[in-house]
Amino acid sequence: MDYKSDIVIIGAGAVGVAIAREFAKYKKKVMVVDKRDDVGGDASKSNSSIICSGFDCPPNTLESRLCLASRAMIDKVVEELDIPFKACGAIMPAFTQEQMNLLPQIYKEAYENQVYDVEYISAKQILEMEPEVNPDVLGGLYIPRDAVIDPFLFVVAEAENAAVNGVEFLLDAEVTDIHVIDGRVRSVETSKGMIETCYVINAAGLFCDEIARMVGEGGDFTVKPRKGQFYILDKNTPCKTSRIIYPIPTPETRGKLLLQTIHGNMLLGPTAEDLEDKDDHSVTAKELEEVEKDCKRLVPNIRVQDTITQYCGLRPNRIPAGFHIGFGEKTEGYFGISGVRSTGISTSLGIAKYVVHLFGEAGISLERNYDFIPIRRGIERFSEANDKRRAKLIRENPLYGRVICRCETVTEAEIVEAIRRPVGAKTVDAVKRRVRAGTGRCQGGFCAPKVIEILARELGIPVTRIRKNLIGSDMLSGMLRKEKEVL
Amino acid sequence: MLEKTYDYDVAVIGAGPAGLAAAIAARKQGAGRVIIIERDRVPGGILNQCIHAGFGLSYFKEELTGPEYAGRFIEQAKEESVELLLDSMVLNIEEEGTIVCSNPKRGMIAIHAGAVVLAMGCRERTRFNIRIPGSRPAGVYTAGAAQRLINRQNEMVGKRIVILGSGDIGMIMARRMTLEGAKVEAVVEIMDYLAGLTRNKVQCLDDFGIPLLLGHTVTRIIGERRVEGVYIAKVDESRRPDLSTEQFIVCDTLLLSVGLMPENELTRSAGIQMSEVTNGPRVNQYMQTSRANIFACGNVVHVNDLADNVSAESELAGRNAARYALGKFCPKSREISCIAGSNIRYVCPQLLSVNDIDNGNSAEEGGEKARLYLRVMKPGAQTVITACCNGQVVAKKNVRRVSPGEMEHIDIQIKALRGTGVKEIKIEAEEGE
Repeated sequence: MDYKSDIVIIGAGAVGVAIAREFAKYKKKVMVVDKRDDVGGDASKSNSSIICSGFDCPPNTLESRLCLASRAMIDKVVEELDIPFKACGAIMPAFTQEQMNLLPQIYKEAYENQVYDVEYISAKQILEMEPEVNPDVLGGLYIPRDAVIDPFLFVVAEAENAAVNGVEFLLDAEVTDIHVIDGRVRSVETSKGMIETCYVINAAGLFCDEIARMVGEGGDFTVKPRKGQFYILDKNTPCKTSRIIYPIPTPETRGKLLLQTIHGNMLLGPTAEDLEDKDDHSVTAKELEEVEKDCKRLVPNIRVQDTITQYCGLRPNRIPAGFHIGFGEKTEGYFGISGVRSTGISTSLGIAKYVVHLFGEAGISLERNYDFIPIRRGIERFSEANDKRRAKLIRENPLYGRVICRCETVTEAEIVEAIRRPVGAKTVDAVKRRVRAGTGRCQGGFCAPKVIEILARELGIPVTRIRKNLIGSDMLSGMLRKEKEVL
Repeated sequence: MLEKTYDYDVAVIGAGPAGLAAAIAARKQGAGRVIIIERDRVPGGILNQCIHAGFGLSYFKEELTGPEYAGRFIEQAKEESVELLLDSMVLNIEEEGTIVCSNPKRGMIAIHAGAVVLAMGCRERTRFNIRIPGSRPAGVYTAGAAQRLINRQNEMVGKRIVILGSGDIGMIMARRMTLEGAKVEAVVEIMDYLAGLTRNKVQCLDDFGIPLLLGHTVTRIIGERRVEGVYIAKVDESRRPDLSTEQFIVCDTLLLSVGLMPENELTRSAGIQMSEVTNGPRVNQYMQTSRANIFACGNVVHVNDLADNVSAESELAGRNAARYALGKFCPKSREISCIAGSNIRYVCPQLLSVNDIDNGNSAEEGGEKARLYLRVMKPGAQTVITACCNGQVVAKKNVRRVSPGEMEHIDIQIKALRGTGVKEIKIEAEEGE
């Protein structure tokens, strides 16, 4: 055995990491494994960044309960963990009489979901709140507690805090098998070695069906990717909204929304494309044109020509749908989570509490760890400091004086700290998600070459081993001359 | 308040070809203290990674590499006692020309300057700006980023290369990659004409047998981790790809040379009026922006083809900034707009400042004669470029052939505009004698 742990959590997305942090409040040795280079998962990092109040969950479901529970917890967690979060609220405008006729049902379901603060608003009120909304609006709903978060930092912050409290993270480690002896989980085999454990929590999202099969569970469901494609626009784009603008959902999909991210960019999307290939992360021209077309119906002046990036995420679409959270039926020590499709970041805090609760219910001893440190401070952002504070930051750490990412004004000090922290960045994308170097309008054109060098220096490895993200995503093909001349 | 403040006559932002030339010219014009603030740890800007030859043919009448060309200006800047503040990022330009910047050793610094010259250069358009579909693997680089990695950091980006865009950097990188042992499969250009200079096609592509595919574009990037190949296809008249012509090219790297954008974050935040076409500040023939104490030059104003042109334009900006700082710059009385007429994409400067009485500004400084730079929309053979006011031709020029990739210019006699009440001047290009 290479490692030993009480609990192994497979999947370092929003759900897996939230569970890990929750278990850190108890005297349990927890290890999180993920095949990716970084925490943050797949769907957890490529989504619309919304923390939903739960108003539009399917009523009377586990999903609805956990969404409601999570929203109640989020304010405290973002404060404890210093996560960028804004309860901006949302508007759902209707543009036709048919759409107007759908509002009472949405309103009713919000009530069933115990989201009692959803209100009807008039066209006039909508246009006063959001002047860029299509003036053809007839009326709509206002959802005050739908919010936006930095989804990367949400997971990173929880992971850092979990690590400080003793949780171990094994990344770049693909789970290849789970060993079951006498009907009981004994160990997890990964590409980085074997982990001896009593409990496995399957939080593998898109791949949770495959993990379940390793222990003979999950025969009753499959998971297919549902792709969502997005646009991010330049901060300087003239047409912006300050709240989330939702379309009226159809029976098939929630539709394509617009919002201003926590960092001030407009976000448009997502599509909902049901696929087979779990590795298909390509953006496509036709679907992105649909995003543009649909979003222009909500906000006609939105300028997609100001796009700085497009991306997509794969939501784990469980067939049949619905949240399924609980111990395995056949294998002792196996705990499965499936069906967390579109509300992963919105429900993760509730899921974590629920999982720990079910462990307790099952009679597993959970001794409280009263040394748990709930507080984590973010990396101080130079761009957000005033000049006096900036001067102090540079005095204390001269690398704060050197701007590496000019688009987002990210300094070398921030990048170095992102690498050195617990569960630190080891790849170019991991740096980007933590401190935003490369998320601006040049998309790393200027800073990526410098970030490669900083990563190599801090990690003590050659630049040729620096990756964009996953194993095999090498940034460089080799060195040119033996003697390196640094200008 | 900041701990350190310094006073200068002229402060230049950026030590590339534009900033160096502007600073030297400002000193020669009589400015006492001139400083250049540069974010890199060495002066020279993008020239440091342009190790190919082809610089200086018009300015020095000899062929130099980028670093050599920069070296001459750096030497001159030293001789002229221009101060260099390296490793420093300008964060803000406040009222009255106070520049706030950060430096690892010196902290936050405020620089008061009588006049400011913006010379921040430009940046490259990305795959996302032109919305190339496909996956997002490692191995997609802008040509300039690859050039930096190879020429400054000694790091190779890939072995089998496709280059999208026939801009100058793209073609130069096609040759560079080939010389370093990589195989350049093709240079793909969406337009049916070259984006960069013809001389670069001859020297960088033809001489190395690198295929140039005009009227094609990349339709998809393939590869989840590292680029595994790209699909390319022909485009129709509206530049939309015809997917029935799609073909796959195996490669591990896609380089993009799909246009440059003036870098004007500072300019915008300083509230300076911008041109929607060039994405640079609107300037008059003195290279003065809408904030009277702020001048601009080089690729921050509009993207140039040749460093030599940048040097000349920047000297003008530097001299006028010095004159402004020394109180010798006559305030403008009236502005004439330069309008891009038929087949003209843009004209720069966008404004001509005219004093209806002779203000004694010399011809060289733009007081009597102004040079308008322009780009045509589409390529053509023998072309006449005209400048008209109220239907009257005030300047006319014959050009043997024109291309959007090659900047043209036309000179205007300011004297002739004095006292005429003219509000705008329209520039047009028409094929013919």
